Amino acid sequence: MAVTHDDVRHVAELARLAVDAERLDHLVVELNGILRHMDELAKVNTADIEKHVATPIDSTPLRSDSSGPLQLALPRESFAPAMRDGLFIVPRLASHEDGGERTP
Amino acid sequence: MSAAEWEMVVGLEVHVQLKTRSKAFCGCSTDFGSAPNINTCPICLALPGALPVLNEKAVELAARAAIALGCKLHPVSIFARKNYFYPDLPKGYQISQFDQPLATGGSVDIVTAAGAKKVGVTRVHMEEDAGKSLHDKYPAVTAIDLNRAGVPLIEIVSEPDMRSAAEAGAYLRTLKQILQYLAVSDVSMEEGSLRVDANVSARPMGQSELGTKTEVKNMNSFSGVERALDFEFARQCALLERGERIVQQTLLWDSTRNEARVSRTKEGSHDYRYFPEPDLGPLVLHAEWLASIKAEVPELPAGKKSRFAEEYGISSEEIDQVTSDPGIASYYEGVARQSGEPKAAANWVMGEVQAALNATGSSPDDLRVRPVDLAQLIKMIRDGLVSHAAGKKIFAIMLEKGKPAPQVAMEEGLLQVGDDSALAGWIDEVIAEHPDEARRYFAGEKKLQGVLVGFVMKKSAGKADPKKLNQLLMSRAGAG
Amino acid sequence: MKTTDFTSLTATAIAARVGSGGVAPSDIVKASFARAEEVRAGSDSLNAILWSDERLSVRDADSLAEGLTKAGKGGALAGVPVGVKDNIATLELPTTCASKILAGYVSPYEATAVMRLREAGAIVTAKTNMDEFAMGSSTENSAYGTARNPLDVTRVPGGSSGGSAAMVAAGITPIALGSETGGSVRQPASFCGIVGVKPTYGRVSRYGLVAFASSLDQIGTMARNVDDAALAMEIISGEDSKDSTSSSNVVGSYRDQFVSQATSPAPLEGMRIGVPEEYFPESLDEGIRNACLRSLEALKSLGADIVDVKLPHSPLAIPVYYIIAPAEASSNLARFDGVRYGARAARSGSLREMFAETRSDGFGPEVTRRILLGTYVLSAGYYDAYYKKAQAVRALIARDFQSVFGNGIHALFTPTTPSTAFSIGAVTDPYEMYLSDIFTVTANLAGVPAMSMPIGRVAGLPVGGQIIAGPFNEALMFRVAYALEAALGPEAHQ
Ligand SMILES: [Mg+2]
Ligand SMILES: [Zn+2]
Repeated sequence: MAVTHDDVRHVAELARLAVDAERLDHLVVELNGILRHMDELAKVNTADIEKHVATPIDSTPLRSDSSGPLQLALPRESFAPAMRDGLFIVPRLASHEDGGERTP
Repeated sequence: MSAAEWEMVVGLEVHVQLKTRSKAFCGCSTDFGSAPNINTCPICLALPGALPVLNEKAVELAARAAIALGCKLHPVSIFARKNYFYPDLPKGYQISQFDQPLATGGSVDIVTAAGAKKVGVTRVHMEEDAGKSLHDKYPAVTAIDLNRAGVPLIEIVSEPDMRSAAEAGAYLRTLKQILQYLAVSDVSMEEGSLRVDANVSARPMGQSELGTKTEVKNMNSFSGVERALDFEFARQCALLERGERIVQQTLLWDSTRNEARVSRTKEGSHDYRYFPEPDLGPLVLHAEWLASIKAEVPELPAGKKSRFAEEYGISSEEIDQVTSDPGIASYYEGVARQSGEPKAAANWVMGEVQAALNATGSSPDDLRVRPVDLAQLIKMIRDGLVSHAAGKKIFAIMLEKGKPAPQVAMEEGLLQVGDDSALAGWIDEVIAEHPDEARRYFAGEKKLQGVLVGFVMKKSAGKADPKKLNQLLMSRAGAG
Repeated sequence: MKTTDFTSLTATAIAARVGSGGVAPSDIVKASFARAEEVRAGSDSLNAILWSDERLSVRDADSLAEGLTKAGKGGALAGVPVGVKDNIATLELPTTCASKILAGYVSPYEATAVMRLREAGAIVTAKTNMDEFAMGSSTENSAYGTARNPLDVTRVPGGSSGGSAAMVAAGITPIALGSETGGSVRQPASFCGIVGVKPTYGRVSRYGLVAFASSLDQIGTMARNVDDAALAMEIISGEDSKDSTSSSNVVGSYRDQFVSQATSPAPLEGMRIGVPEEYFPESLDEGIRNACLRSLEALKSLGADIVDVKLPHSPLAIPVYYIIAPAEASSNLARFDGVRYGARAARSGSLREMFAETRSDGFGPEVTRRILLGTYVLSAGYYDAYYKKAQAVRALIARDFQSVFGNGIHALFTPTTPSTAFSIGAVTDPYEMYLSDIFTVTANLAGVPAMSMPIGRVAGLPVGGQIIAGPFNEALMFRVAYALEAALGPEAHQ
């Protein structure tokens, strides 16, 4: 599975990373260099491994609905890049931009 | 082919906000309408190093809903990350469930003009809501409020079982009623606690495989969903008529223009890279816990309707009305039981009571006339102590003064006079004042009885009990 | 007293003196800052410390002193200055993960591990340098400059917790917190000649540790000797309701046996210590191999049985790790979007550009590389071949450890790293750099506790020996390490 320029462009888009042409060439080489070593995993027989879960814990703990919020020692304004009337401000996006990408 | 030869195929994805006090993965309040970003903490702001902890109540409500929809609840379900960038999605991913959801394989029974049918429920899974993006509050910028970010949701995914906008509407209204009965959500599309996305496709009548579907979003009412479906189906039919192909895409419904527009999403950007959420373990539901949740599931609309038909013998139209919401249903049941007059109870609840509720916008629970009071009034009418017309006056006064029916009837002098001596007195006076009619009546001109009764009613200012009055007149005529 | 008199003291000794009122906490803190001056720990040389504020630390020391006079006794770390890796949330001092994207960010809440240290009387004196977002093995990937190895400033201190390792090795603080995803505490400990501990996954709360790869991350302790490392680990261990993956397993005492052990002639009697052949390849540096053999002799003399064992899937650890860790990282680092906190690219026009410019400006080359790699292995069409497969092989690696510990082996002994500290700039190929974690990554993938301790030197550079134990067997791991440390004596530093 060789990584192409288009692959890197695609994942850079997904990851919201701007990658210039010359950096792109390097990344294609680097990623292929790394992924080459990954291909040896394909040879390993993992047939008897049942559906994995990500964490070693067997059951996630539950919190009471009435457990109050964790406090902030600093106002939101102290770390927000841009705030107005308590709202975080970002460049305008047309209300339908990326609309299809979200389905809460 | 004309539109008549195409069949609409619809599947719906419904997102429902669960009625918890705190958010799904943090202790922040879910209160609606607080100042912007007040209900946020390190977790729902996705501050570096913060971690999610699952809200027990959210699991309970999600399970209750899944049970009521006849789903199989899975003893182990897995949370997964759905990765995409959006300014009101703080973590850059939504915690949801993917290949191992909470519950699968349920159904909802609907009735339309086309008849009754089952709509399959593919799955019910838990996830968290995003924040709000305010695009029009300020010029040139978008403002982000994260008070809603992290509020618990369930997503209810239906099978593509609906064949018309009417069936989709029926499915949504039935689903909403079930969720109301369960008290798991406010289920208000206006306030956004219930949101609907539709998958629509068209295929030639009789064809079994599905056509290419499109997704329609952004509807803000059930009728809006119906209109959007008809619009999109017509658009697809037109394309197919011209032999063109349907492009799989997302459309956004514009309720003001009554049209759906293609969203500006770049195709191929829909790669959510789901993987199991490593910050949470599997959600494990133990059998005894599930049993306790099952036990808490209240009587659902369908069950209540068949029971009312059996216990109270009222018509199906009447049943639909008195079970429209759980509050009305229990109010009706109180009146029917305590009056022993289920039919009259239904008429009163559908008429006077419903009108009062609509007028005040209040719920049955805080109506001043309690079921026991209305039952008493109904019995007074049945026993002839007050006329039906007087009953309505009395009800109105009970509503505003909150006094019991007998007291109102007394104070307002609306009790009917049923005692013989009083009635006899009035009859004698009428005979004296109208000798001619009286003679002809007693001579056998029976049709004059109504006239005489009318005179007495007039004289008694409507207080005479017409039933008794007729009996007295007839007995005198018999004697005469 | 002269600064060196304090800076040569262990944490336990400092806490004893402060607790008994023998010395003021502020004097200890001032001595620590003086020592940092003396060894030039700042950007002009070691570059071990990113953020510190003597005024704040002295203030904390004074308020601790007040508490002491009231309480009449101090906590287990009373007055002990500690360094905290810059990816662990602290109040007042910045938490930047050595990244430009968090330049100037001060956390409005505190990590559980830091809170527990402070409750025991410790005083945070510095946020330490690291590879950006803990992605690296040399601390050359810091947006704020390379950290240097105090034993040879032309060499790297290892990484990603290189600043914490250098700080402790240079005698600035007796204890520091680091973090591990794949060897990031043990490898720099080995390069700097100190003790570094990675606990069982779930043993220490991750609340406040900026996530790199959630299923692998753990906070670890670094110290000049086993006793201090064990003490600090005992204090930060334990369940935390703010971390769903923290274990409810009770934390026993990690140090009770040390005392009785010290007097016993054969403290490791009946202990079976496994030597996995996969960790002693032909290619292993001779000096490192010999240091390990000397340690194994010492362990034998302490009464332990040395047993050859196999961990056949361990050689696959690097490929597995470099799929799982970047995959989780690509998702964990999505929150750095310039919307709610951190740096935002100002020139941005559209929102999409703001996202891309903010992240491209804010992340360094290695972080960018790993985000792209992780996004790729999770993306449609590759998930099964890479991420799913890697998780399955990870399960096989973990299974190897289970069977070894399930068959009467109490602990494993291996070299910590295949080489000693290398020269700054010597390793340029990413994959070659990844290989310096080849012996450490397996413990992260299997979730078992592991530690590195000094066992000798090659050409004047420290060699680390690694002890690995079964899940939640930290106490046993420390017992072995404590006995070996005593047996090796000063030889471990020659
Ligand atoms: Mg959803
Ligand atoms: Zn919150």
